[in-house]
Amino acid sequence: MHCSVRYSDFDPVMKIHCVPLLLIAAFSLSTATAMADSRDEARSQVDFGINVAQRGLWREAIYRWEKAVELDPKYAAAYNDLAIAYEHEGQLEKARRAYDKALELDPNNTQIRQNYDLFKEINDRVAQQKDKR
Amino acid sequence: MTAWLSRRTNARLALAGLTIVCAAAAGCGASIYEVPVETPIPAKLDVSPFQRVLVAGFVAGGADDIDTNQETVRLLRSQLRSKSDLRVIDADVMQLAEVAQEQNKAAVNDTSTGDGLSVKTSDSNGVTALPQKIKDEKDLEPYDRLFANTAYWKRIGEEYQNPLIVTGSVLFTPRSSSGLVTRETEVYDGLGRRRVIPQRVYMERKGFMLKPKFVFIDGRTGATIYSETRREEVLYNAQQETPALSSYFELMDRIVPDFLGALSTQKIKGTRVLIK
Repeated sequence: MHCSVRYSDFDPVMKIHCVPLLLIAAFSLSTATAMADSRDEARSQVDFGINVAQRGLWREAIYRWEKAVELDPKYAAAYNDLAIAYEHEGQLEKARRAYDKALELDPNNTQIRQNYDLFKEINDRVAQQKDKR
Repeated sequence: MTAWLSRRTNARLALAGLTIVCAAAAGCGASIYEVPVETPIPAKLDVSPFQRVLVAGFVAGGADDIDTNQETVRLLRSQLRSKSDLRVIDADVMQLAEVAQEQNKAAVNDTSTGDGLSVKTSDSNGVTALPQKIKDEKDLEPYDRLFANTAYWKRIGEEYQNPLIVTGSVLFTPRSSSGLVTRETEVYDGLGRRRVIPQRVYMERKGFMLKPKFVFIDGRTGATIYSETRREEVLYNAQQETPALSSYFELMDRIVPDFLGALSTQKIKGTRVLIK
């Protein structure tokens, strides 16, 4: 049995109601697809960043992870990795902000918390030095 | 029927196995990477106006077992040679306690000559006698005015072509203490299982206290630009015989990174975890 419904089969009132619904559905679908694409792209940027960071190319890693958080601003792991890279480059204020963001997005992540605690020890020491000066 | 049941059980087992493997992969952190990091800490002092550093000497006191002045100068010079960009001036170690005594004598003579009205002292509080033997922090305190004598340090600076001058005082004294300390003790239960438990025990301990004060002086002006005091101590079991020199180096090991941190960027090594 073959069943097909043509758009012209609907009555005009139904047509008027259907158009915006279809548009919204199409828009939602395209947004969802775009978001998924962004997330995938962010993930691949993070992967690449980890790869280069392991080889000591921290500046390249920063570039990748900055791109990742731009693509997916809710990606806690990317903020964590970015914070580590900033820390390695001595940009402690930027590192603190990135850690704060990572913990805000994923407060129960023990790895991020552990990284942050280690960073905080150093950051507090530097702040003390500045105060002494 | 039995075959069907057996097939179903096998399928269930396979599914459970797969679940365990996935969970283990996730749990074992397939997406976690430990990396070494070196966080640079900026120097406390701006030493860009200086190319050279003179570790002049220290007013030393406390234990007689070691020449604290000589050892401190030697250690700091070797550390600066390998861990800073400044060129280290090789010069005889200054006996600053003697210099301070001489300055003090000269100041006393100035006050007692003439009509006695002119008082020329190194500070405005008058001239006080310096203790010949430095045993504790109180004895060391009056020597501090030597570091405020800008005319003297300017002269030293001119002699060595305006370097950064490192000086100060070092007190290295024996210490003993007794009281309750926490120790880890091995215990075995009825089944022979070993456990380590913390236990509070009374102990007599002895060791050393090291209190250096590092004074950084601008050789061009003779003025102090920065000073820092640290205090460290180490205590051992009273029965343990630890040579004074090895305790001195053990304590200096804890202090030297901070000293170097005043002059050059230091890197703190650690590890962090990258996450996917």
